[in-house]
Amino acid sequence: MNTLQHTAKRISLAWTPGHTAIAIVVLALAIGFLPFVKMGLVVNGIFLGAIIALGAVGLTLIYGILNFANVAHGDYMTLGAYLALFMVGSVLSAVGIEGQGLGPFTFGYPLLLALPVAVAVVAVGAIVLDVAIYRRLRDRGVSPVVLAMASLGVAIALRGLVQIIWSGETQHYPREFREVIHLPMDVRVPPDGIFIAIVTIILVVGVYLVLTRTKMGKAMRATADNPELALVSGINTQRVVRWTWGMGAVLAATAGVLLAVFQAQLLPIMGWKFLIPLFAAVILGGIGNPYGALVGAFVIGVSSEVSTQWINPSYKPAVAFAIMIGVLLVRPRGIFGSSE
Amino acid sequence: MALLEVADVVAGYGETDILHGVSITVDEGEIVTIIGPNGCGKSTLMKAIVGLVRVKAGAVTFQGADISSQPPERIVRTGLCYVPQSANVFPSLSIRENLEMGGFVRNDDYRERIEELFALFPDLARRPTQQAGSLSGGQRQMLAIARALMLDPVLLLLDEPSAGLSPAIMGLVFERIRGINRAGVALLLVEQNARESLRMSDRGYVLAAGRNRLEDSGPALLDNPEVARLYLGGRR
Repeated sequence: MNTLQHTAKRISLAWTPGHTAIAIVVLALAIGFLPFVKMGLVVNGIFLGAIIALGAVGLTLIYGILNFANVAHGDYMTLGAYLALFMVGSVLSAVGIEGQGLGPFTFGYPLLLALPVAVAVVAVGAIVLDVAIYRRLRDRGVSPVVLAMASLGVAIALRGLVQIIWSGETQHYPREFREVIHLPMDVRVPPDGIFIAIVTIILVVGVYLVLTRTKMGKAMRATADNPELALVSGINTQRVVRWTWGMGAVLAATAGVLLAVFQAQLLPIMGWKFLIPLFAAVILGGIGNPYGALVGAFVIGVSSEVSTQWINPSYKPAVAFAIMIGVLLVRPRGIFGSSE
Repeated sequence: MALLEVADVVAGYGETDILHGVSITVDEGEIVTIIGPNGCGKSTLMKAIVGLVRVKAGAVTFQGADISSQPPERIVRTGLCYVPQSANVFPSLSIRENLEMGGFVRNDDYRERIEELFALFPDLARRPTQQAGSLSGGQRQMLAIARALMLDPVLLLLDEPSAGLSPAIMGLVFERIRGINRAGVALLLVEQNARESLRMSDRGYVLAAGRNRLEDSGPALLDNPEVARLYLGGRR
């Protein structure tokens, strides 16, 4: 029986002239503000935006394909970060694989080994959670709100689990001090930021290729368009669901590790606190639109960092929300949202 | 033995039954049309056959196998394909991607089949990368039918293929449908435009309130004064 509810949603990957125009406007606005802000904050904001982008693209795919607002997405990030810590601190070090200060980066090569393992565990965990909880709810035909509430429960449970296993204390990956890289125009780049940028680019390009070049990726977009037609075309929508969770969780767990590297600390609440910028980026960009999630992520990342020049950093989430509300007042379907 | 046999099927949504024991058959190579007033259960019957609506009682047998409790993605593999009335293409996918999704269960190289369908529907071949959502009504209907033909079905179910089309385009769609049938595909049609549809049908059924009302050959139903008065708008 059809378990994915049909609503007007889709994963739009067509790049239109309208999108180009909007991107130019966003870029022009950003450049126009440059003379008035500290470059260091802008650079930080770009790296923060990259991390938000990884989370937001997964969130928007899960929303578009499964019609599911995954409130636990931030906690999938947390779990990824802590699993990598567990790998680096307990598993790999036990077999003598240790080190920090790999090349220009603060972390060592064990983290590079830990990352895929942590990511794979979170992906499998996300699929198991779907089979154990969400699928049962979908089969009973519950509303999307009930699914979101269920994921709120999962979010709280995951955070509690992390706190029980790894304690609520601040922790960090083994790290070595590294000088920031000085670029012209007084631009300072933390070396780890380069790692974050590279990983983000690889994953975003990877997601794009999966969605446009592979049969399963196309089936994911087809299911987002019309679950019923996907079923009668012979598409195994249960497999589509599993792939969607897998992809979303891979992106989230990677974002979690990158966030822990970027902030140089892990806390059980780190992902939960990240949920507001994630949703702000998704909604800002237009729900279900991966390009929108990307642009939204950088808008949120840069503007919330830059805002600390004038206001207390603890208001960063408020800034993210204020921008989101401001944009939605002008474009109710988000920056890249279609009017269909 | 009939190709498709629907026997005393009861089906509906949730607690509400729409079909109260409908029976129809389709033989190999036939065109069969179902007509009836709005809400009589024509579309629900289609959905019950393809597995989108649960069959609560009775049986759907296709090529001798009971398919009434099978999920839709399995039924489609048996050679029974379905074109819904509306929302029958993937709007954000390109024309070619829509066809690829039609062939999703095929593990062989289906590019040849896509080229065959492009030859059959030259309108679609012109811009295979165009998004299906931006197609005209007629082109969209052609794509929807082509998508369902990707699996070389034995039986094709078409729900209101002429809905919302201009008379000229409608003629073209009916022409293509006849062509598909000449190639050996059996057709089960639901049509508002009953006159045109019955004219090319071997047999027809009239449904009313979820039950069989009449069954006869296509031309005989056209000549039946009661059918003409109730369902064909009186004029001939």
